[in-house]
Amino acid sequence: MKYIDEFRDGELALGIAAAIAAEADPGRSYNLMEFCGGHTHAISRYGVTDLLPPAVRMIHGPGCPVCVLPIGRIDLAIRLALDQGVIVASYGDCLRVPASDNLSLLKAKARGGDVRMVYSPADALKIAAANPEREVVFLAIGFETTTPPTALVIKEAARAEVTNFSVLCNHVLTPAAITNILESPEVRRLGTLPLDGFIGPAHVSTVIGSRPYEFFAEEYAKPVVIAGFEPLDVMQAILMLVRQINDGRAEVENEFTRAVTRDGNLKAQALVSDVFELRRSFEWRGLGMVPYSALRIREAYGAFDAERRFRLETRSVADNKACECGAILRGVKHPRDCKVFGTVCTPESPIGSCMVSSEGACAAYYSYGRFREIPIVAGAPA
Amino acid sequence: MSGVRAGYVRPLDIRHGRVDLSHGAGGRAMAQLVEQLFAAAFANEWLAQRNDQALLPRPEGRIVMSTDCHVVSPLFFPGGDIGCLSVHGTINDVAMSGAQPLWLAAGFILEEGFPLADLQRIVDSMARAARDAGVPIVTGDTKVVEKGKGDGVFITTTGVGVVPAGVAISGDRARPGDRIVLSGTIGDHGMAVMSERESLAFGTDLVSDTAPLHGLVAAMVEAVPGLRALRDPTRGGLATTLNEIASQSAVGMTIDEAAVPVERQVEAACEFLGLDPLYVANEGKLVAIVPAADADRLLEVMRAHPLGRRAALIGEVTEDAHHFVQMRTRFGGKRIVDWLAGDQLPRIC
Repeated sequence: MKYIDEFRDGELALGIAAAIAAEADPGRSYNLMEFCGGHTHAISRYGVTDLLPPAVRMIHGPGCPVCVLPIGRIDLAIRLALDQGVIVASYGDCLRVPASDNLSLLKAKARGGDVRMVYSPADALKIAAANPEREVVFLAIGFETTTPPTALVIKEAARAEVTNFSVLCNHVLTPAAITNILESPEVRRLGTLPLDGFIGPAHVSTVIGSRPYEFFAEEYAKPVVIAGFEPLDVMQAILMLVRQINDGRAEVENEFTRAVTRDGNLKAQALVSDVFELRRSFEWRGLGMVPYSALRIREAYGAFDAERRFRLETRSVADNKACECGAILRGVKHPRDCKVFGTVCTPESPIGSCMVSSEGACAAYYSYGRFREIPIVAGAPA
Repeated sequence: MSGVRAGYVRPLDIRHGRVDLSHGAGGRAMAQLVEQLFAAAFANEWLAQRNDQALLPRPEGRIVMSTDCHVVSPLFFPGGDIGCLSVHGTINDVAMSGAQPLWLAAGFILEEGFPLADLQRIVDSMARAARDAGVPIVTGDTKVVEKGKGDGVFITTTGVGVVPAGVAISGDRARPGDRIVLSGTIGDHGMAVMSERESLAFGTDLVSDTAPLHGLVAAMVEAVPGLRALRDPTRGGLATTLNEIASQSAVGMTIDEAAVPVERQVEAACEFLGLDPLYVANEGKLVAIVPAADADRLLEVMRAHPLGRRAALIGEVTEDAHHFVQMRTRFGGKRIVDWLAGDQLPRIC
C-alpha cells in the first residue's frame, strides 16, 4: 500500500535498529514513555521491542482514550440507555469498557438498551434525523484528535435546529495529562518512575501542533520527539531521543513533519474553542482528578449538552481493588505486576479499562507480547 | 358449471408479493411456495418424491455430516448472497474432513413481509451454487416468523459426505515440524460484506471469495493422502483457525507476515477501519497442515487449481506448551497472534 508500506519496511527498520544499538550507551538506561495508545499499538503489533537494545525501555503512557474514561461517565451513558430510553451512540472501542454493576454499553444493549456503534459523530446525528421521536446521545470521547469532529457535529445540529440530539462530552487534553505525570510524586520526588523522554502524539499533534510540548522540554528538562503511528516513525523517534539524551539536550523535535507543524491546525483549534470550554477539573481513570484537563460544551450550545439536557451528575466510582490500571496508566507498574492480569482480567472479560482496547497497555501486552514472559519450549525444527 | 379451470391455482406474484404468515402455516399457501419457488429451483429426483424426507442410497465409506446456520447482513453483497453462501459454507465444512460432499438439506426461517422477489433471487443463487458444485439439495423446511422477529431470512444447511479410504484429516493431527499452507488471499469476504454495510459503505471493487472448496480438497487429498489437517478460516479469520488447530493438536505455530497473501484493497480497507485482516472472515479459503516433506507437492497441486492459484506456504508448526500462534512481522519483530476477544471493534484513533 503506497504511503503505508514505506513506513513498515523491515530492511529500514534493521538499519535504524543498528543505529540505536550503536548509539545507546549500555551503561545507562533510556526510559521512554510513548504517551499515545496508537504508539503502544504499533509497538506491540509490529514487535518493535524485539528490535531495541536492553538499555532502551518503553513505558506505555495514558494516551488510550477508552482507558482513561472514568467508570462514572460510562454509567451515565448506560443509565440514559436503560432508564430513559435514549439511543446512545459511540465508537466501537467504547462499548466494551467495564462500568458499574458488571455492565458495559454492550451488556446494556443485551438488556434492551438501544446502543449503537458509529464510526463518526456525523452518523449519530443521522440516527437522530432518522428517529425524530427518540432522544439520541452521542457519547463523545477522545483526545484532541476526535474533538474537532464532535465540535463540527454540534455546530451542524445547531444550524439544522435538531431538537433530539445531544452530546455527552468526555473530551480530554493531552498536555494536561503529561503535566500530571511529570508532576506525580513517582516522577518528581520518589523517582520510582524514571522518565528520560517522551514520544509525542501523532494525530493529536496534527491538531495542536508541536508548540505545546515546548513547555515540558523546558520546564521539566525532558526531550520530546513527536512521531507518526507507523513502526518506522517510532523507531526513528527512539533514535532521536537516544541522541538527545546522549547529548544532554531536552528539546522538542518533530519526526512527523509530513503531518505536524509547530502551530497545528488553526482552523480545527478555532472550531473547538468556539464550541467547547475548559472544565475546571475532570476525573481520569488512573490519574484521578486532573485540573483543566478536559472540555465541556459552551453555554451557547447548551441545548446539545447531554449533561445539561438530562441534568446528569457524575458519581465517581472506584476501580476494582485488585486492578492496577491506575499505576499502569501512569507507567509506574507493568501489566505483569498486576495480580489479576491474564487470570481474572482478560480481553474476554476485562476488569480494568487497560484490558479493553488494543491500545490499552494490558490488552496490547496480553494479545501481542505475553509470550516474552513465558519460556517457549525450544526444539522445533525451523 | 363454473368457468374456472379445474386444478388451476393462480401462481404466486413473485415480483410484488411478500412472505406472510400463511406461507409457513402448512396450508395451501405453503405448498404453493414450496412448489413454485423451492422445488422448481432445486429440482432433483429426491425432491420430486414429494416426501418429508429424502430416501438416499447407502454410500461407500465413512460418512461425515455437518451443519451451518447462516445469518448475514446485508443479504446481498458483492460477489454473492446468503443463498450461495449457505451452500458453499456447508460443502466446505464437509470437505474439510477430506470428504466428497454428496447431499444437502436446507432450512429457511423467513420473516413476515420479506419480498418474494428477494427470496427468489436467494433460492436461485442456492440452486445454481448446488448445481455448479454437483451437490443437490435433497430435502428442506420452511418456517415463517412474525415481522420483527427475524432479519429477512436465515438459512441453515446440513451436508453429508463420504471420506475416501486411507484419509485421516483432523484438527488434532498437527505435529511440530509440519508446514502451514494457505490457499489464497485473506479477508476478501469480510471486507466485501462490510463495504456494503449501511453505516460504512465505502467504494471498492472487492468481491467475496465465497466458493465451494471440495474440488480443491479432492485434488489435494489425491496428491497428498497424508494431509494432517484442513480448515476453512471463516468467522474469526485465519488467526482463529490457527489457534483452534494449535490448541486441538497441543502445538505452537509460527507464521510469516510477509508470506500471507492479502489483496491491496483489503489491506487498505482494514487500515482505515483499524481492523486486522488476520481476523477477517473468508468463505473460499482453506488452511492445510502438511508434513514438511509433502509441502512442495501440495503447493504445486493447489496452485494448479483455480481456487488455489495464490496458495502459499505461510509458516510451520512448533513445539510449544502454551499453544501460542506467533508471527514474524514484516517489520522484523515477533508477536502473538491471539484468539479474538469478542468482535473485532474499530479503534478510535
